Amino acid sequence: MMPSQILGKDRILEAVGLHVSFGTGALSTVAVDDVSFVIARGEAYGLIGESGCGKSTILRTIAGLVETYDGALLFGNRELPRKRDKDFFRRVQMVFQDPYGSLHPRKMVESVLAEPLAIHRFDNPRKRIDAVLEAVGLGPAFRFRYPHELSGGQRQRVAIARALVIEPEVLLLDEPTSALDVSVQAEILNLLKTLRRERNVTYFMVSHDIAVITHLCDRIAVMAEGRIIEEMTAADVRGGRAREPYTRTFLEASAGYVTAS
Amino acid sequence: MVKPLLEVEDLNISFHGGRGVTHAVRGVSFCIGREKVGIVGESGSGKSQTGRAMLRLTPKGADITAKKLSFDGIDLLAATEPEMRKIRGKRISMILQDPKFSLNPLMRVGQQIVEAYRVHTPSSKAEARDKAMAMLEAVNIRNPQRVFELLPHEVSGGMGQRIMIAMMLILEPDLIIADEPTSALDVTVRRQVLTILDELVTRRGAGLMFISHDLNLVADFCDRVLVMYAGRIVEDIPARDLRHAEHPYTRALLDSLPRLDRPVDMLTVPKRDPAWLTSPTIRRAST
Repeated sequence: MMPSQILGKDRILEAVGLHVSFGTGALSTVAVDDVSFVIARGEAYGLIGESGCGKSTILRTIAGLVETYDGALLFGNRELPRKRDKDFFRRVQMVFQDPYGSLHPRKMVESVLAEPLAIHRFDNPRKRIDAVLEAVGLGPAFRFRYPHELSGGQRQRVAIARALVIEPEVLLLDEPTSALDVSVQAEILNLLKTLRRERNVTYFMVSHDIAVITHLCDRIAVMAEGRIIEEMTAADVRGGRAREPYTRTFLEASAGYVTAS
Repeated sequence: MVKPLLEVEDLNISFHGGRGVTHAVRGVSFCIGREKVGIVGESGSGKSQTGRAMLRLTPKGADITAKKLSFDGIDLLAATEPEMRKIRGKRISMILQDPKFSLNPLMRVGQQIVEAYRVHTPSSKAEARDKAMAMLEAVNIRNPQRVFELLPHEVSGGMGQRIMIAMMLILEPDLIIADEPTSALDVTVRRQVLTILDELVTRRGAGLMFISHDLNLVADFCDRVLVMYAGRIVEDIPARDLRHAEHPYTRALLDSLPRLDRPVDMLTVPKRDPAWLTSPTIRRAST
């Protein structure tokens, strides 16, 4: 799906000339340089690139964790205020990379899930918590567990449940499986795929694993040095149809290791 | 046949904790010659503990037993602590997963390499410094003079990992144990680091024990692969045959990976069979 095809569709998230830099004067570094993209409602959009290319900065900027940016971010065709309001967080939620670091060690699963519900004044918290735990494949028995009593995969399920419990429209995924084993990764990827199908949530995913991102996303943007070099469909990635030389090298490097001898 | 560098027979490691005894490694046997051997498995399968046991770095309070644990004729279980100190670093060295946590944060990286060298080799400071510079160059660091004076927080992950490799290889060990040396790195840097490791290992004819959970990487990089499950080796297979492995667990791990060349709607999640806990190791000799 190319941007021109999206014009007729319901756009949910859009960046126009996004520019983020850190530091001042001679020490200033440009992290995101004139990045534009359009994401349709219900789409899964992936961002891939080497470490330091600015992909996580884009994600953090959308989430409102970086407030000093130039250009515009549009959500549902309206420009987002620099300081995000509460309604934004009701509709956009983030799942972080490391489930070992993103859950409060002294809070039981139940209070982790009850907090966003209380903040956004949802009714029936008990029912909603049970339903969301069911949806992520953990039974209601997990309500009274602490994070240290959970495996890595179970923790990431709780992190996903925390984001989903307030029924957001967009899920921002920051390398949701890179801290997990291959077998657990398969479980989480299946879960994300099923949830998207059931709830029509829009995904914006950042990863450095091309196979993972192609599995989950419809459209993939390749980033290098703060810019989006190329946007490809998942089918193009699988077929190796890259236009830019950088993308081609990147795809080859991801394919595997070839011994020198 | 050439005598293998490392021989392990019936290795068992167990931990005594509040909830009883945890048997982390259960009856593991293998040999490593001058080759690249990959050890794969999930977290908790005992692969890191197996690697650490070779250097006797198992935490205090753990029980290690083995019918045989010998490195180049030395019985590693019977060796005294001073003897072990001569082996660690000099004869067997270990590259750890994350340079952020494995380098001394208050010491310039060059000094750390020099220290590693001078502990085992009587040499002048200048000599050790030259040697460290040469080693930094060998791991493809472009400006060794500058990098030598940097502190660990000033180097990137990929450079940190190359510094660790430089430090571990400066004494030209016979056996290198690499515990997930590239999982903190992204694809392009990973390839560089592997190339360096491959060249150094191949050129010096050392043995390499490569612990990883990345099956594709191990299949391409190593000569032989040991697949661990629940503290046991379930399959011992030449790396090039890994994609045609026999053991259902190895097969399940391979199937659970998303692949670019074979799109699937849902990935297969391994279903665990209790029989894997006791079934004999499938060994396939290289042809």
